[in-house]
Amino acid sequence: MIDLLAGFIQQLRAAGLPVSLTENLDAMEAVRHIPLEDREAFKYALAATLVKSNAHWKAFETVFEVYFSLRGSDLSQGSEEGDGQGDMDELLERLSSEVAAVHGGAMEALTPEQLAEMLYRALQHADEAILRALARQAVTRFAGMEPGRPVGGTYYLYRTLRNLDLDAVLERLMAGARDQADGLTPLEERLVRDEYEARIDGLRKEVEAEIRRRLVMDRGVEAMAKTLRKPLPEEIEFMHASKDELAALRRTIYPLTRRLAVRLARKRRHGRKGPLDFRNTVRHSLSYGGVPAEPKFRYPRPAKPEIVVIADISGSVAAFARFTLQFVYAMNAQFSRVRSFVFIDGIDEVTRFFEGVEDISEAVHRVNTEADVVWVDGHSDYGHALETFWERWGREITSKTSVMLLGDARNNYHAAQAWIVGEIQKRARHVYWLNPEPRSYWDTGDSIVSEYAVHCDGAFECRNLKQLERFVETLA
Amino acid sequence: MAPTPRFGSVPEVREGLRTVDYLADEGIAGVVYLADRLGKPVLIEGPAGTGKTELGKSVASMTGSRLIRLQCYEGLDESKALYEWNYKKQLLRIQAQRVAEEDGAAANWHDIEEDIFSEEFLLTRPLLEAIRADEPVVLLVDEVDRVEVETEALLLEVLSDYQVSIPELGTVSAHQIPLVFLTSNNTRELSEALKRRCLYLHIDYPDLEREKEIVLARVPGISEHLADQIVRIVRSLRTLELKKHPSISETLDWARTLLLLGLEGIDADQAKATLHILLKYQSDIAKATKELTVAEPA
Repeated sequence: MIDLLAGFIQQLRAAGLPVSLTENLDAMEAVRHIPLEDREAFKYALAATLVKSNAHWKAFETVFEVYFSLRGSDLSQGSEEGDGQGDMDELLERLSSEVAAVHGGAMEALTPEQLAEMLYRALQHADEAILRALARQAVTRFAGMEPGRPVGGTYYLYRTLRNLDLDAVLERLMAGARDQADGLTPLEERLVRDEYEARIDGLRKEVEAEIRRRLVMDRGVEAMAKTLRKPLPEEIEFMHASKDELAALRRTIYPLTRRLAVRLARKRRHGRKGPLDFRNTVRHSLSYGGVPAEPKFRYPRPAKPEIVVIADISGSVAAFARFTLQFVYAMNAQFSRVRSFVFIDGIDEVTRFFEGVEDISEAVHRVNTEADVVWVDGHSDYGHALETFWERWGREITSKTSVMLLGDARNNYHAAQAWIVGEIQKRARHVYWLNPEPRSYWDTGDSIVSEYAVHCDGAFECRNLKQLERFVETLA
Repeated sequence: MAPTPRFGSVPEVREGLRTVDYLADEGIAGVVYLADRLGKPVLIEGPAGTGKTELGKSVASMTGSRLIRLQCYEGLDESKALYEWNYKKQLLRIQAQRVAEEDGAAANWHDIEEDIFSEEFLLTRPLLEAIRADEPVVLLVDEVDRVEVETEALLLEVLSDYQVSIPELGTVSAHQIPLVFLTSNNTRELSEALKRRCLYLHIDYPDLEREKEIVLARVPGISEHLADQIVRIVRSLRTLELKKHPSISETLDWARTLLLLGLEGIDADQAKATLHILLKYQSDIAKATKELTVAEPA
């Protein structure tokens, strides 16, 4: 048992969860108090002692499932196996009656059409047991899994789901609901759709779990735990995020900014005192006979910086620019003023989209669709964009301004015009370059980051929210 | 100190919580059970209004313990959380001594010092109160993320060893191990030291079935049909990208409102008219209204 837990904790650490020694001991203590054959309780006991942040929950769940899926017998789960058998019999009975309703035969003998029909019925009645069986059947049939094939689980998932064609099933379910109720009001329609979507999502998860189980059987636990590890939301890279990951990012960004804002406000209030107030100190020294025993400090007036964001929004770095803009505007109480410019090969000021808008993501969306940023061909041209910026707005940069330049500096071999960044630096308080590419890619191909970076106060790698958050904290 | 366990099993916790109208899921009941068995505090995190504080209160009323609550806020310090000397009373004591001296009684400095730093002059604050209590207590430290990082350290001794060190008096140890719940709204990351000492419980929005049960249990007189509609609309709202998602307490408020209005079912217009009970930002309300009335393009 100890070895088993130790192995599990090692996997958790490998997945990036910080598990300390005391937590390890707590987990061992905790499992002594719960009935081991209760898998759910076992899981919660481990979670409560080992996972101390909600962001890590998903990673924990995956590792748990993979690690313990094959070791059921180690945990004296014999009794549950027995129960499982009973359930299975009962399930089979119901299943065969269900099958008989559609057709008279065993599950394997079903035609794809009949399988789809069963799926439809099961989803309609939210029959979980049958859905589970169907998920298993679907994987067997459609995933085309072969032992030892070096393909990721997502490939099988994609194949299975494509064959099930869940979108069509959803439409059919909706049509069925509409027929049943003789037309739905928009509100009802929406509710029913959400209900079915939740059920289909359950099915999708079931399929995913089934694929994972089979992969584990094929490749062994340790190998799988590594491949299935998912990055935490704040560590997802902007440039390679999938659609789901982008959604997860969007969800994280708001609480993150709020947290950061609280922290900064607190820091500002409790920050160190202002510079020594010489006059006041001398004045007070009189009461100590001329000895400056009590140093007086000026009241701290931390200046809120004025921010100018100049962001490349061409395809490759659009997501990065979007999140940075969103982040900066969510924090705008920390800055005296935020102005933003976006460019591809032309440049446009987009501050107006954000003014008086409560919903920042909406504004960012408008920036991407309405800003006038294409000059010639819609390929990034940093040189031209910077030149235009310097001509039109250069004079408005003052010694209170911090300038953030966002982009990968992939200039498509146009002229760099790096001197402009130098000029900006002369006028501005700080100039920073944020690059969403890993540092090792900088200056490869048509990337010319360092030509600009020599004129900046700092060039930072900003691949994920974590790095972005750290940067904004130093900025404010 | 061999604590006697309060609960026999996880299902027992769950049933007990049900009797005080708190519907716990497997995870919540499991962690409460473990907290008792391991004698460890529980750190509860989750979105606002999902019943974090309520859990502490419910456990107290279920076990029949006294609830001691420490509401955290910025600027909370030792004298508000742990203990304070009753300066006024100490001063009185010293003055009484002086009067006695005038009458000729000899006073010994040491005696006075012993005297004024005795328990008689100690004002207990929630944390010390929970430690010194003889009867079973539940200590609820609410919104622990509001105190500064430095103040968090105050809690550490209490949470790990259930004792408080008072320089003038010595160490006060607990007579019984209180059940401790800490809640956090996650406005900042709590320190590792604090997290390490606690069991962690994340309470999220409940699933459809559980939320419906909660509505039925907490809003007497509501019909099953209406409750069902309510939780389904709320679930739809939670799938939207909103600034603040409706919490359980807001769901309950909404259910009560609809009940008061005497509605048996909700249609889109009524939902729209009462949406401001569920959502607290104008932009959220606008978005939700749009989404609820216009069906997604098929």
